[in-house]
Amino acid sequence: MGTAELIWNGVAALLVLCIYSFLYKDNPFYKFAEHLVVGVSAGYFAMILYYNAFLPKLINPLRAGQYWYIIPGILGLLMWARFSKKWQWLSRPTLGFVIGSGAGLAIPLYLQNYVIRQLSATMLPVGFTSWPLITNVMIIIMVFCALTYFYFSKQHTGAFGVAAKFGIWTLMVGFGAGFGMTVMGRVALLAERVIFLRDYMVQLWGALF
Amino acid sequence: MKFFPSHTNLKSNLFVKALFLSLCFLLIDSSLSFAQEDLSESWFNPNRVNMLIFLTFFFAVIIYFIQRAKKGKSLFIRRIAGLDAIEEAVGRATEMGRPVLFVPGIEDVNQIQTIAAMIILGNVAKMVAAYDIPLFVPICRPFVVPVAEERVKEGYAAAGRPDAYNRDNVRYISDEQFAYAAGVQGIMLRDRPMANLMFGSFFAESLMLAETGFLTGAIQVAGTANIHQLPFFVVACDYTIIGEELFATSAYLSKEPKLLGSLKGSDLAKAIIIGLLALGAILETLGITQFTRWFFIE
Repeated sequence: MGTAELIWNGVAALLVLCIYSFLYKDNPFYKFAEHLVVGVSAGYFAMILYYNAFLPKLINPLRAGQYWYIIPGILGLLMWARFSKKWQWLSRPTLGFVIGSGAGLAIPLYLQNYVIRQLSATMLPVGFTSWPLITNVMIIIMVFCALTYFYFSKQHTGAFGVAAKFGIWTLMVGFGAGFGMTVMGRVALLAERVIFLRDYMVQLWGALF
Repeated sequence: MKFFPSHTNLKSNLFVKALFLSLCFLLIDSSLSFAQEDLSESWFNPNRVNMLIFLTFFFAVIIYFIQRAKKGKSLFIRRIAGLDAIEEAVGRATEMGRPVLFVPGIEDVNQIQTIAAMIILGNVAKMVAAYDIPLFVPICRPFVVPVAEERVKEGYAAAGRPDAYNRDNVRYISDEQFAYAAGVQGIMLRDRPMANLMFGSFFAESLMLAETGFLTGAIQVAGTANIHQLPFFVVACDYTIIGEELFATSAYLSKEPKLLGSLKGSDLAKAIIIGLLALGAILETLGITQFTRWFFIE
């Protein structure tokens, strides 16, 4: 490992330890690392935005003669009007365009993936003669009850309330499984960081001695 | 939509509006899917007729209930239990004289969860202004800042306290997910808010924020429709608003006809979906698969 790499890996290792010091309590080292990451990410994202969005999607098309790109350029510039109390209203068309286009693109996608595909996947044959059929019965009952929980036009009382209760229990079982799976992933990330620190210590020891 | 003649029958007008909207969305959807393909293909994808029917139906139902709400007809929505938790959290912060922290998620303003969070923020701002305690709103996306500022300002004005509005309390932190999380954790540890309200779209930073808030002893109420993050909020927060309850909360608090109508419309759609599920299951059991295949999207 070269000297430059050793130094930069040392900075990375030090910052990892500064962040982990938060586990004890808030301290100047954690504050320093936190402010550093916020500041660096702001600067980094400004450059990412310039090279990945501004340049290829506005400057280059305009240079190529596609002058209609000036329209979204103007919409973007109008957002700067937010800084003026008198001219703030100029930013509203841009906000409206962003919100409207985002919602418009998302609606068919959400309907397709979260409603229609789920609907077709849940229409299963039911019965009690084999385990797969019994499983299908359980799936359909749990989907019914979970949908009942999210029905807001009726109070959760009587039989409806019982179904809603079963629905929330179904959801909680699902959340528990998701929690366990994600915790395993987070522990894997911790293990990766510990391995990084261990490898760095070994390399530092080797470089110094 | 003003270009539809006002003298036409309401039902046929609704159907026409719903069909028009559905065709627009379907055209956008078809054109996007063809954007990378041969442009000589048609603008209408016949394999998506089921989508068109669903979209038309949903839009018609939602527009119907919105019209009913606008006419002042009462639309019953059951009270969401999380609302009491929000009021309790703000009340506790008032008693202790400590600020309230509102985290509106990390997605941009074109995401529906962020919009729902902004509606809730306006109502929280109104509560907080009445009790005269600071409200901190750290933001992840620049576009959300002006929307959040307006919502907080409106909330303070509605409470009769426009002078108490402090623009510096609505602050942009960072676009980078974990830099934002680190910044919010710093606010939690230093400013020690007594109530942490986290509503919107969250990802991996959800547990980090919820755990830090738990460590500070704050009362925490969270709500998100991201199902993978709900377990962390359920574990670390005092109350969690699950999935669609987030949108129901925003509709219940704002009482806006459009939101109430949308909620009632989606409730009716849910009831119909349950009916379709039951019918589909019965037909599948009898060996009739054509009904299920109609819902299949290639």
